[in-house]
Amino acid sequence: MICINSSSALIGSFAYLRKRSLIGDAVAHSLLPGICLGFIMAGEKNMIYLFFGAFFTGWLSTYLVDYIVNRSKIKQDAAIGIVLSSFFALGIVLLTFIQNGVYTDQGGLNHFLFGQVAAINKDELLLFAVVLAVIVLSIIVFYRSFIIVSFNSDYAKSIGLPVRSIEFLMTSLTVLAIAAGIQALGVVLISALIVTPAAAARFWTHSLGRMLVIAVVFSVFSGLVGAYISYANSQTPTGPWVVMILSTITLISFIGSTKRGILARYLKARNNKSKILLENILKAIYHYHERQDRQKELNLSLAPAEILKVRRFDTADLRHGLNQLIRRGFIGYRGNNYYLTEEGMTESKRIVRLHRLWEQYLLKRTSIDAFHVHSGAEAIEHILSPEIEKELEKELGISGIPTEDF
Amino acid sequence: MSDFWIILTASIVAINAGLLGCFLLLRKMAMVGDAISHAVLPGIVIAYYFSGDKTSGLLLLGATLTGVLASFIIDFLSRKAKIQGDASIGITYTLLFALGMIMISTWMQGNVDIDMECVLYGDIALIHMDKIIVDGNLYLGPRAFFVEIIAFAIIGFSLLFGFKGFKLLAFNIDYARSLGINTGKWHYALMTLVSLTTVVAFEVVGAVLVVGFLIIPPATAQLVSTKLKVMLLLTCIFGISAVILGYYLAIWWNVSITGAMVMVSGIIFFGVLIGQRILKSNKQNVEFAEGQF
Repeated sequence: MICINSSSALIGSFAYLRKRSLIGDAVAHSLLPGICLGFIMAGEKNMIYLFFGAFFTGWLSTYLVDYIVNRSKIKQDAAIGIVLSSFFALGIVLLTFIQNGVYTDQGGLNHFLFGQVAAINKDELLLFAVVLAVIVLSIIVFYRSFIIVSFNSDYAKSIGLPVRSIEFLMTSLTVLAIAAGIQALGVVLISALIVTPAAAARFWTHSLGRMLVIAVVFSVFSGLVGAYISYANSQTPTGPWVVMILSTITLISFIGSTKRGILARYLKARNNKSKILLENILKAIYHYHERQDRQKELNLSLAPAEILKVRRFDTADLRHGLNQLIRRGFIGYRGNNYYLTEEGMTESKRIVRLHRLWEQYLLKRTSIDAFHVHSGAEAIEHILSPEIEKELEKELGISGIPTEDF
Repeated sequence: MSDFWIILTASIVAINAGLLGCFLLLRKMAMVGDAISHAVLPGIVIAYYFSGDKTSGLLLLGATLTGVLASFIIDFLSRKAKIQGDASIGITYTLLFALGMIMISTWMQGNVDIDMECVLYGDIALIHMDKIIVDGNLYLGPRAFFVEIIAFAIIGFSLLFGFKGFKLLAFNIDYARSLGINTGKWHYALMTLVSLTTVVAFEVVGAVLVVGFLIIPPATAQLVSTKLKVMLLLTCIFGISAVILGYYLAIWWNVSITGAMVMVSGIIFFGVLIGQRILKSNKQNVEFAEGQF
């Protein structure tokens, strides 16, 4: 189980990066006719024959998918669907042919449909170990070329790598991994072992090396837990439980991941939104005083309604924003009115200054006309860093707050 | 007599699936059809568990909803979680299929009506076991046939009335959006129909092979036609010929009927593809030869 899970997780990571996750699905279904052919040729359940039959049709299927995509207007996903269902149909025809035929000892062939971990014997275990060893070895030896071909095959071609042979090798390894795993998980669920660990691992890292390790860890962990659960409730098969655990891990990753998880992204978006709101309120207060021609007396108090005259806010947002600003010490509260504190005054000046510097920059250095510079500045004022501020100052030769406003 | 009913029922399955398959194919969503056909399994099991009847309306409704749910999860994963499109398809259908398998193994122990083999490749040869008989002896045909006819009516009506919408959705979704059409609504309408087709075809042809009916005939038609209406017509023709040829082949070799039908369908596809290549290269040779003089 560990061997199968780690080999397919490794291969799946590369498949994910090449955006070819569903190829595994086509290969898995195409193994069935190969297994049946192997059985017919050998006349019995000979592991070697079955394995090579499976390897042959599995490989043929990826070749056919590429052939259809290159030679006609059919798209890749449709090509996968065509190859998958025709080969599977062929497999079913052969399977029923065997079942109705003269063969004895054909029991266990349908384990390949749904998988049966318990049916795996010692010889097969040895085979899986060999497959894993081959895959790990090839990944170590060809690590660099695999990376280049997966990320940018045009570049790989241009630096003279034998792209076709490398792709051939990667395809062969994929078929190998699936052929080894199919007896444990069955034709449908084996795709989960290819796709899911890679997708889950992708949430946690940007580096390929780490992604491979994490994918293997996830996959092996769910293999063990799944096997344990199905052992504890003896009626239920192992494969589905492994897939359930794996999917749960993906779900957790996608919610909780610190880098790309939905929770992290949500929090980040919320922080940005609140920062923009606060800065806009400070700016509106400055504008209000400016219109009264009181730039020097920014600490005079004003009512919320007066802020709304300068800039339209949602009233709930405004109330929330003002409270936030009070908590941060930018604004004081006196009577029913608000006033800027020392810090608030500097902060509001800073934002207005950034806004107007950018407007000047757009006006002078680009061909954007005066009607449109405001919206550009409105977006960028919240993210300009002090370094860029200095650059702008130097570039434009302006110090202090430009008085022009657009 | 049962020959006739089997061919007729399978032909309607082929037409239902083929018509919708055309639209899926044009939207480059062929594998979503695959995903839905696997994902309806838990819905079928749950509905069966509660109703105890394989052909009840509740079962169809429940399973259809699961299919729509699956397409919703796929959308969610690829848009919100930023997982690649085909990876999110792979994750969704394996998860739901695994769930279905666990349900079957815990609740359906020793139950003869739902077993895993039938889930994968159906059992069309047995449809005449479940017949509709009126007045004690007037034989009207197998029940599956009528289920398929009803599905055909629903799909036919939706396609007739929504033809413009589905067509726009298939060819130029941005243009449709710019016209102010609610593309999301049409998308889920199509997904519901696909889901319905796979559910009703489920017990006849099984979860994997219905994909063959859904994708292969439309793809064959797409090779030779450039007009949507021609494509729809050709799809039906290719589908029905595969059904008839496949049936007699299966009888001749004594193998699975549905398997043979889809296999013939695949053979037709590759035949057309290769035939077209040969014709094209001949034509080019002739043009080249004429150019020499």
